[in-house]
Amino acid sequence: MDYISNLFVNLGNSWTTLLSSFLPPWAVTLVNFLVVAVILVMMPVVATLTLTVMERKVIARIQNRIGPNRVGPWGIFQAIPDAIKMLTKEDIVPANADKPVFNIAPLLIFAGAALLWAVIPFGRGMIGQDLNVGVLYLVAVGSISTIAIVMAGWSSNNKFALVGAFRVVAQLLSYEIPMVLAIAAVVLLVGTMKMGQIVELQTAPFILVLPAAFIAYILAAAAETGRAPFDLVEADSEIVAGYMIEYSGLKFGWFYIAEYGNLLAVSAIATTLFLGGWRGPFAGQIPALGPLYFITKTVLIVFLLMWIRGTWPRFRIDQMLALAWKVLVPLGLFTLLWVAVVIKLPVPTFVQWALSLGGNLVAIFITLTIMGRSAKRYAQKHALAGA
Amino acid sequence: MQSVIFAILAGITLGSALMVVTSRNLLHSTLWLIAAFFGIAGIFILLQAEFLAVVQVLVYIGAIAMLIIFAIMLTRRIMDPQQPRFNSQWGLVGGFTALLFVGLAAVVTRVAWPVAAGEIPADAIAQLGADFVGVYAVPFEIASVLLVVAMIGAIIIARERE
Repeated sequence: MDYISNLFVNLGNSWTTLLSSFLPPWAVTLVNFLVVAVILVMMPVVATLTLTVMERKVIARIQNRIGPNRVGPWGIFQAIPDAIKMLTKEDIVPANADKPVFNIAPLLIFAGAALLWAVIPFGRGMIGQDLNVGVLYLVAVGSISTIAIVMAGWSSNNKFALVGAFRVVAQLLSYEIPMVLAIAAVVLLVGTMKMGQIVELQTAPFILVLPAAFIAYILAAAAETGRAPFDLVEADSEIVAGYMIEYSGLKFGWFYIAEYGNLLAVSAIATTLFLGGWRGPFAGQIPALGPLYFITKTVLIVFLLMWIRGTWPRFRIDQMLALAWKVLVPLGLFTLLWVAVVIKLPVPTFVQWALSLGGNLVAIFITLTIMGRSAKRYAQKHALAGA
Repeated sequence: MQSVIFAILAGITLGSALMVVTSRNLLHSTLWLIAAFFGIAGIFILLQAEFLAVVQVLVYIGAIAMLIIFAIMLTRRIMDPQQPRFNSQWGLVGGFTALLFVGLAAVVTRVAWPVAAGEIPADAIAQLGADFVGVYAVPFEIASVLLVVAMIGAIIIARERE
């Protein structure tokens, strides 16, 4: 029973014991690191195989359709024929493409998606490497994808690809700021950048302490993953598919895998920072429940992002930039300043957290009021309904 | 073990740096520069300075390399391999570069670099942050004023004329 209650950590210990019986210590460390690395690198692939089906089902229901329903019960194996189709496609490289750059870009974007998983805590003690700069590492790894996208867009020697790449960079650089501000509010509140430590100290989910930061993070995450309503980076009807237009076969597959890997990763980060990670009822006594709570919360965030995708029309590029710079950045700056003031007050932690919640709610209220007024003014000016 | 890893990282950094100056295509030069930055980040990790490694990736690869790529892409005909690689000022620039190299080499070889003994403190980042707003507050603030000046300058240049 004890073994079951902390199943994953005990499995790991048994595995290490088994290896130690016939391998020297350095080889045990090496093999263990390799096993963890392989598991974490597989996460984007797992995300693609599961989330594509989920996304198609969810979007279909929102659009009053059924979605995939032919392969397996309720179409749950739909991802497998899709993957086989992708693998059997012809690999085409445009004649005037910059070949080395064109070929490296898909690998680099996948590396960016896979590296994120190194610091995500699935449960107590279930983390690739609890870096003491964990949160900053996540932000830094995100910048690798930007480079990869610019490489892809430029090397394809296609104007749509280049326009798409420029749009991506404008979007990613703009939304990195509200995202970092939201993350910084959490880091300031707990006083650590270790992902494992952030979950340990999160006795109440931070969505209840920093709701404004959570909203800013989710919107920034939707933009960073380039999903609708922020999908103007690959807008099919405007620039065909943006930076990945010239890619086919498995090279396109890498972009696809990175996209879904990033979707799952930003949801897992949101879970860790704002929803208490692996915390939940009885997770303290039975640590094996931790990963289950973690996955459940992550899938809930994924569902939220799919819901947003299924119900909002695409932004124009000026609207997208205005939302980042005129709404989310001021909101994030205010939240950060408010947290900095609150944590210096000589009152117990729960009072600080309550004050933080109050300040956040006021900030959300003021933001929505200003946005509502400006929308009303716009409607009056253009004689639209709702004035 | 450490010296082997250092040799590999130094090889990556220097090899990439060599490619930066020999590559004919300017965008390839930038990509090699990114590889060199990665090599330096690796050396920081080897020195157990994870914070500096992450900042190296964030600032140099995420921001500065990106800026260089944009500057190259937005400059017309700069990537054309038919363009001459040298202009009339190459002698002057070469002279100054040689002078700079000699100066740096003299500093690196002559200064006795102090090596602190003992363990690296566990909360080096907290120490760094405290020092920035404590002991080194003035240089830190001057650096931020410089950045603000640069930002205002960029806005004034980019602003539409009325």
